[in-house]
Amino acid sequence: MDLSMKHEYLPEDLQVVSLGFWPTPFVARVKIALAEKGVQSEYKEEEDLKNKSSLLLQMNPIHKKVPVLIHNGKPLSESLIVVQYIDEVWQDGPPLLPSDPYLRSQAMFWADLKRYIYPVGWKVWTTKAEEQDAAKKEFLENTGLLEELKDKPFFGGENLGFVDVTLIPIYSWLPVYEKFANFSLVVERPKFIEWAKKCMEKESVSKSSRPAKAQ
Amino acid sequence: MEEVKVIGFWASPYVYRVTWALKLKGVEYEYQEEDVFNKSDLLLQYNPVHKKVPVFVHGGKLIAESIVILEYIDETWPQNPLLPTDPHARAMARFWTKFGDDKKPEFLGFLGRTGEEQMEAVKSAQECLKILEEHGLEEKKFFDGDKIGMTDLSLGWIAFYFEAMEEAAGVQVLEATSFPRLHAWIRNFKEVQVVKENHPDQARLLAYFKWLREMYVKPATIWAEFGAAYKLLCF
Repeated sequence: MDLSMKHEYLPEDLQVVSLGFWPTPFVARVKIALAEKGVQSEYKEEEDLKNKSSLLLQMNPIHKKVPVLIHNGKPLSESLIVVQYIDEVWQDGPPLLPSDPYLRSQAMFWADLKRYIYPVGWKVWTTKAEEQDAAKKEFLENTGLLEELKDKPFFGGENLGFVDVTLIPIYSWLPVYEKFANFSLVVERPKFIEWAKKCMEKESVSKSSRPAKAQ
Repeated sequence: MEEVKVIGFWASPYVYRVTWALKLKGVEYEYQEEDVFNKSDLLLQYNPVHKKVPVFVHGGKLIAESIVILEYIDETWPQNPLLPTDPHARAMARFWTKFGDDKKPEFLGFLGRTGEEQMEAVKSAQECLKILEEHGLEEKKFFDGDKIGMTDLSLGWIAFYFEAMEEAAGVQVLEATSFPRLHAWIRNFKEVQVVKENHPDQARLLAYFKWLREMYVKPATIWAEFGAAYKLLCF
């Protein structure tokens, strides 16, 4: 079955396209993964998520969300799944996921940030009083757990790995959390910040990130 | 031979995914039942971050999160693979597995609601089922093709839990006329040997869901129990 799709925007010779929206950390993951693998690709920004492009709606009809990766006309969505796909298809250079099944399972477990980082971060930013205090405490506990995990420069060892790629996009949101909940991660979680800064020195990361604007 | 152990709870569909996978691959394992309403120190020690079942133990290594466990099982015991070899097909299997998990609140919402709210919840569940029917399953026998795979194991709870939940809640959701493909898939899924021999007892499930429903529709005075039950149901 030919799963590739045709659209006026996708010329026949364009191999890899990603669709995104700059504030979403999930989009940055895909950009970083493609850059780490040295994949030539084109990035197309969705200008307005309240007015989605026909390309996005055709390529992700189920969820209508970014990021979407289109490879040889075949679309894929869900950022962790896309990053894993990128790792499986482009095998030149160091892999993002370890080859040992147990180490892979650990990377996949910790990379699923929606279980223990993003929703807590959201609460840190958007709630007040006791709820915010509880969220702040949980955020610090969870970033603390991450600090414990790592004994090399990156979660992936000497190079960026799956957890680094999926976690680092949160860096642009940290000033927002710190401002709204009045705390400092450099003080509370210095190893975490040190790791983040090391990631930001990588060209693949710095080129894929933009600072979030605190409203 | 290295120890293989599953720590689970009889009503958890997440646990069945793992035991079905092990049986499909012919891997012997020890099963330990956990009372999730009264968590043991062992579980809290084995899964300190999320404190949930299933927990998988292999030669002293501990792994939590059912999909992470399934991928580990597939890589460690390659016979009867759960995922295809083609990267795009693998990504699609993972996509539909994730869809089923992310939409759990929509699928299950009708169990704990009454009146208008319940009707809305039924519609919500049916919208998600429609997506599975038309985009996930399409014309295939199983979600993963001619043989069952990770997606089928992950969605397998639909084959056993829906009927019990519908009866407990007094509504019809997964109707045969509206969902012919899903009904065919349920029949085919139940015929798979490892599923036939290993699935939750329907009568026990019904009693369990009736009990859960009573908890939900009571005024929320017993908040702690409600919270635990809700979390459990949302697995």
